[in-house]
Amino acid sequence: MTYAYRAGFGLAAVAFALAGAAAGGAHAGTYDLAIGKTTIDVGSGPRPALSISGQLPGPVLRLKEGEDVTINVANRLDVDTSIHWHGLIVPYTQDGVPGISFPGIKPGETFTYRFTVKQSGTYWYHSHSGPQEQEGVYGPIVVEPKGREPFKFDRDYVVMLSDWTDEKPETVLSNLKKQSDYYNYSRRTLGTFLDDVSRKGLGATVRDRMDWGEMRMAPTDIADVTGYTFLVNGRSPAQNWTALFKPGERVRLRFINGSAMTYFDLRIPGLKMLVVQADGNNVQPVPVDELRIAVAETYDVIVRPGDDRAYSIIAESMDRTGMARATLAPRPGMAADVPALRPRPQLTMADMGGAHGGMDHGAMGSQGMAGMDHSSMPGMDHSRMTGMPAAATARSDYAPGSGLEPKAANGGKFLVYADLKAMKPWRDYRAPDREIELRLTGNMERYFWSINGRKYSEAEPIRLRYGERVRLKFVNETMMAHPMHLHGMWMQLDAGNGRFSPLKHVVSVAPGKTLTVDVPADAIGEWAFHCHLMYHMATGMFRKVIVEPRSAAVN
Amino acid sequence: MISARTIAIVALGALLFAPAAAAETDAMILTFVEVERLEARVKDGKETLNWEAQGWIGEDYNKLWIKTEGEQQAGGKLEKAEVQVLYSRLVSDFFDVQAGVRHDFDPHPSRTFGVIGVQGLAPHFFEANAAAFVSDHGEVSARFEAEYDLLLTQRLVLQPSAEINVAAQSVRERGVGAGVNDVELGLRLRYEIRREFAPYVGLSWERKLGRTDDLARDAGEDVETLSFVVGLRMWF
Repeated sequence: MTYAYRAGFGLAAVAFALAGAAAGGAHAGTYDLAIGKTTIDVGSGPRPALSISGQLPGPVLRLKEGEDVTINVANRLDVDTSIHWHGLIVPYTQDGVPGISFPGIKPGETFTYRFTVKQSGTYWYHSHSGPQEQEGVYGPIVVEPKGREPFKFDRDYVVMLSDWTDEKPETVLSNLKKQSDYYNYSRRTLGTFLDDVSRKGLGATVRDRMDWGEMRMAPTDIADVTGYTFLVNGRSPAQNWTALFKPGERVRLRFINGSAMTYFDLRIPGLKMLVVQADGNNVQPVPVDELRIAVAETYDVIVRPGDDRAYSIIAESMDRTGMARATLAPRPGMAADVPALRPRPQLTMADMGGAHGGMDHGAMGSQGMAGMDHSSMPGMDHSRMTGMPAAATARSDYAPGSGLEPKAANGGKFLVYADLKAMKPWRDYRAPDREIELRLTGNMERYFWSINGRKYSEAEPIRLRYGERVRLKFVNETMMAHPMHLHGMWMQLDAGNGRFSPLKHVVSVAPGKTLTVDVPADAIGEWAFHCHLMYHMATGMFRKVIVEPRSAAVN
Repeated sequence: MISARTIAIVALGALLFAPAAAAETDAMILTFVEVERLEARVKDGKETLNWEAQGWIGEDYNKLWIKTEGEQQAGGKLEKAEVQVLYSRLVSDFFDVQAGVRHDFDPHPSRTFGVIGVQGLAPHFFEANAAAFVSDHGEVSARFEAEYDLLLTQRLVLQPSAEINVAAQSVRERGVGAGVNDVELGLRLRYEIRREFAPYVGLSWERKLGRTDDLARDAGEDVETLSFVVGLRMWF
């Protein structure tokens, strides 16, 4: 098989236009990026795609902690575009969200971003305009720390995962709205009914079908969209992106999930992965056999392949419709075994925790929302949440009995959020000043998504006061996992580690689960806050968060 | 005489040329056209062309629906042809309330009706539609429809369906008797080449009942027909 691939993202992916490290010294750099068109061929023929400086993914943006950066983003498309620096803490006017941070970048225009890099680690950047992210406008960011890294490694590779569809994203969304199970080709059939009868008996099978039928939901509904080809640094599984090592070397792999819609279960058969960073922030190293990376998360791991052989990097999509695959090898052209996809998971009633009975608010308009941002006040009716599993059974990120609970392929250690402990304790760790409850809601059948039953266009912004510490309590009332992303401020993931709670820019909230994060409101301005599943964000699971100066918040 | 087919084409065409969607907003306007049934029916050596189509334009909560159904004899004569134009409002996760007008071009004499109904997905995945009609002559009637998709495989779908029409009073000249008018049961086996395009074969059984049955007998019409159907289901 031959693959044409014009956008070219090779091993030496660092080649991009560095328009002269500015004369000001090592701590100022100017970078030029151009959003344009390209084609991609993942095996089904060339398809139109978008690119950054001719590449898909875009070039690795290598920055230094403390650097004053100037990034010129030129729009060579015939529609508006934008670039958001995912995970970088920047002034809100530089955050790149059209309609919130700035008006966007018009066709033919160039927008100049200016900010100081105040952090180090692995991040990424992507368009925040329409569905351009799904079409190829994404790339990695690697920020080198001022000081020494707290762990040793001999080689350093970016491994950017993504999902590519030959369909136009507008078509995908329209299909979902017209038939919400359009992409589900593993629905239950007469055949699966008969199989279940022979395994579980007629009574149990009928009861099970009645339970799901009553809710009008499908246990096979793991991912909204299928038909994806999963890519590693822009390469399809057959194109096998390869990273080189010498046996015994420590190899740092910077995993970035730049997918529009896909969670991956990541493993390298034969190797332990030492997780050293999550969402760009160093964590106390934790050895695992496998980890699940939610959409828009990053994990840095260090592996130490000892043998003079190839190792497969396997990233199966959570719904097991496919995998991204790459190779670690001592020499180019080598390949290791590629294990078969594991069986598809099925949701259970545990994943329906919040979906029972109470989903009608999606359509009901005005009720229930006005006071939601102040849900710590007494008198809020939480009675509908009875039957929710208690928050954080810390050793699992899923509801007890969930069908989505992952297990390591080799029976070993699977990373959970509770394993993530910050390398350094948070200096200002204290009880939150107040709690905001955010019910993750949606209408599966008509395919639109919301927070507290309201779409973005129907909702007031969430207002925070500068300096306060707010606990966000996510209550997932849907049957999908939602990777919730807050711009501009860190979320301290509460998984029982107190002042060692890790800083995250994305937290995945599993179906039927409640998850809390604490947010130090330390960045004045207007910020985006949304589910990072692109079609969930586009259909309403989005809020504007306004951090107001203390004085202004009084009225 | 205006052909019902022309009407259907114009109605559905109007949806197609509706304003384009603004993709990046969560309140985008979409259009949907579904030719649920376009089929030849063969009964006792006689053939008819039957159609049932619907479409909408709108956002998540508010939509304008157009529905049409009818039957044409092999010679070109229209037996039945109706068009409905409805405002549709999402009132729960799975159901819309719909209100508007219906016009029957055939059978003669033609009638115009006010319509109020509900449409959506009932528990256990039954697609359901119930509508009440009041004609410009004050006649009250109702229609109940339900269908179910039984997946034999991911693409081969057996669809049983049922429709019942009832009327509050007789309208002799239109062959309608008070009470239950008729029952239509269908069983269609389709193959989804794509989700949007599925040819099918099946059976359709119709039975007139009560006073409607009497009127049909008086007019020398069949009161019970079993037809073999072959057709296409498509949407875009």
